[in-house]
Amino acid sequence: MSRGVNSRRKHLIRLISAAALSIAACAAQAALPIEHWTASSGARVYFVASRGIPMLDINVDFDAGGRRVPADKAGLGGLTHALIKAGSAARAEEEISRRIADVGAQLGGKVDRDRAGLSLRTLSSERERTQAIATFAEILQTPAFPDAAFAREKARLIDSVREEETKPDAIASKAFFRLVYGAHPYALAPTPRTVAGIQRGDVVAFYRDNYVAGRAVVTLIGDADRALAERIAEQLTAGLPRAAGAPAPLPPVVQARGETARIAHPASQSHILLGLPAIARDDPDYFPMLVGNYVLGGGGFVSRLVAEVREKRGYAYSVYSYFLPLAQEGPFQIGLQTRTDQADEALSRVRAVLDEFLEHGPSAAELQAAKQNLAGGFALRIDSNGKLLEQVALIGYYRLPLSWLDDFTARVRKVGVAEVRAAFARRVRPGNLVTVVVGSGEN
Amino acid sequence: MGIRMFRRLFALLAALAVSAALAQGPVQERKLANGLRVIVKEDHRAPTVVHMVWYVAGSMDEVSGESGVAHVLEHLMFKGTRTVKNGEFSRRIAAAGGRENAFTSQDYTAYFQQVPKDALPLMLQLEADRMSSLLVTGAEFAREIKVVMEERRLRTEDQPHALVAEALNAAAYFAHPYRRPIIGWMNDLEHMSHLDARNWYARWYVPNNAFVVVVGDVKADEVFALAQRYYGRIKARPLPERKPQLEPQQRGARRMVVKAPAELPYLLMGWKCPVLRDADRDWQPYALEVLTGVLDGNESARLNQSLVRNSRVAGEVGAGYDIAARGPGMCSLEGTPSQGRSVADLETALRGELARLVEGGVSADELDRVKAQVVARQVFNRDSIFGQAMEIGRFETAGLSHKDIDRVLERIKAVSAEQVRAVAKQYFVDDALTVVVLEPQPLGQARPPPAPPGVRH
Repeated sequence: MSRGVNSRRKHLIRLISAAALSIAACAAQAALPIEHWTASSGARVYFVASRGIPMLDINVDFDAGGRRVPADKAGLGGLTHALIKAGSAARAEEEISRRIADVGAQLGGKVDRDRAGLSLRTLSSERERTQAIATFAEILQTPAFPDAAFAREKARLIDSVREEETKPDAIASKAFFRLVYGAHPYALAPTPRTVAGIQRGDVVAFYRDNYVAGRAVVTLIGDADRALAERIAEQLTAGLPRAAGAPAPLPPVVQARGETARIAHPASQSHILLGLPAIARDDPDYFPMLVGNYVLGGGGFVSRLVAEVREKRGYAYSVYSYFLPLAQEGPFQIGLQTRTDQADEALSRVRAVLDEFLEHGPSAAELQAAKQNLAGGFALRIDSNGKLLEQVALIGYYRLPLSWLDDFTARVRKVGVAEVRAAFARRVRPGNLVTVVVGSGEN
Repeated sequence: MGIRMFRRLFALLAALAVSAALAQGPVQERKLANGLRVIVKEDHRAPTVVHMVWYVAGSMDEVSGESGVAHVLEHLMFKGTRTVKNGEFSRRIAAAGGRENAFTSQDYTAYFQQVPKDALPLMLQLEADRMSSLLVTGAEFAREIKVVMEERRLRTEDQPHALVAEALNAAAYFAHPYRRPIIGWMNDLEHMSHLDARNWYARWYVPNNAFVVVVGDVKADEVFALAQRYYGRIKARPLPERKPQLEPQQRGARRMVVKAPAELPYLLMGWKCPVLRDADRDWQPYALEVLTGVLDGNESARLNQSLVRNSRVAGEVGAGYDIAARGPGMCSLEGTPSQGRSVADLETALRGELARLVEGGVSADELDRVKAQVVARQVFNRDSIFGQAMEIGRFETAGLSHKDIDRVLERIKAVSAEQVRAVAKQYFVDDALTVVVLEPQPLGQARPPPAPPGVRH
């Protein structure tokens, strides 16, 4: 954490959440000569050589996100992930940190409902690269999960969960996923109680069962050749646990039932979320939904939601819609925050915009504009190693075709108004929409 | 269109996939006759470009009663000009495949677009247009000010840590305008009019108070020619006098409490520190930068190691310092105590780390580690054209030059352990300290007290 105090660093940006979300939501495609092979460990490897800058990015994803965690242990996925770098069989946590820092490398990672990923950014010069990757290989394959670090990270997680339980945005998001996903593990979020129940043995077992070679996906982008990339992929995965069998099957996602939750909170704004389970990553409706959602609420300042809710009425600073395709049906969500006393008006306006869009779809001009931006701006999705890494990792993890990028602009351009309408009609049925409003002002 | 797209893709593959001899060129600069400076860095790795216009006018240029007007004007810059209708600016950039936004800080207001390189001329055309012929109407202002008030609610009113940061600035600065929040006090927003915004625009939005930064797959000479064509016809105007408003010397520690709905307390400590004014002669800012790095600049930095991992007094901890700024500098430490520990425990532990720096200095290993980050980040930063343009803009608005960027990194690498010890001793003293503590309130009782009599909303 190194947030500066001075708000010099904390710029005020015109519309931050909507922009960030629309990028996250659209992010699904890459475009490059992606080399792909399977390491001897069974890990799938994706590699793009990019030699303009002497640096290398590596990401390793596992099928070890929230959906693999039992309901009464919610938080176990995040806790295991946080503890990976807390010491290896050969080295204490402090030494691991020093070895990474000494060569200027950066360790990162994230956990979502499907994936748990660890990443490394390093200089590609031999001394730095060798030490950084050796250390990365050690923590990935021989994490020690020391008792002290386990106790510490567990306590920190409980603290942060308790803090989240006071924040209107986090309260709204958790309620949203609970109502949208019901008994499916996508609904889960840690509570102080579920985290308190996690034992060190749970972490060890979760790692052993889920951080397995056969379900690992390694992505490398940067200053390396194929032979080096192959050696690195071996080095990072040869010692991973081997799966005892296929992972336990997950229940199907059941469509939401149109429930509404109103949760009191003293905040000055109400946080409003609407949505339902929508599409999976391999869904053929992906492109019509992508293009349609750009018009509805994904296209930032030119979207209908921003025009109607923000620009014309000043109800909200941020209003957006997105689809997040996951391994199973990921959520469609509309979100905004508005002064509590006008929450109902803002909500009905949002519903009116959505209903109108579902009924008529985008106009021909809107569709054309959406396609111009999504297809014409394609290069902006992959114009740095950092962006490319995310795209290729997604292709790898979700087994999208390697030609995904070559096809992207053509598939966007093919989408028609009727297809958008039909796809939205299939995926977004108003009767199923969940509504969450946090911040009624009463308490 | 299809064929053109494929050609672009092919170029992208070639640039990213093949070892280019040197994909990035030196920074080049020209000054137009109207005073507008144009700064270009060629980067041919991908067929995209970032275009930014920076105005040296931020919240520090505002006066009391009009706080937030720099940021409000930023919002209004998207509302149309004499020739480009409201909403048209964003529509045309979107149609060109671009992304765009803007940001306001204490020191500056900046506008940017990232686009496929063919669209660059349109970006200059649109920015030049709104540099000189913006329309600020009462009707648009009335709508947009509501959006800004929602933004303040979202980012500040309902964010306990933001309230603490706002309180720190208000308490640390008696005279300097950094005391006012960028977004403005709510009451000032409630009483702002479109005339305030219009005056702001007339005062500061002139080519001689701005510069343009372009980074990406361009030829510098072509950008200079485009700049002359679009920006060259805008007339320079004299700028208002900028009063220095120097902060008087602080005489003793200041402490404040902020109460807001939260679970965990939070501690923020800020010490007045120098910032970089002369890249060659100054040395303390470089030493402060290294000091911040030793405390919180890498995986094994001291604060996390001692306070989170070892003593476990903190759940989260951090250090901050901006070396480049127009106004005064501040070094900060912040943190959240862990369960069962108090803010006082955390403050004692943070002070202990400062004492350790003053008494024991830093080891050669630690210095090397901080410098290794500097070297690596210099390389990593080249991955993003946006990041490179930001770095140039931040240096330039702080009164430094883009030419100082490499110089600063070299100077940081030359900092000695003794210099770090010296600045720790000199600047982290109680007489220059402001402390703000968040006292968490249960959600049910968190209503603010009623306004005092005589204050009307």
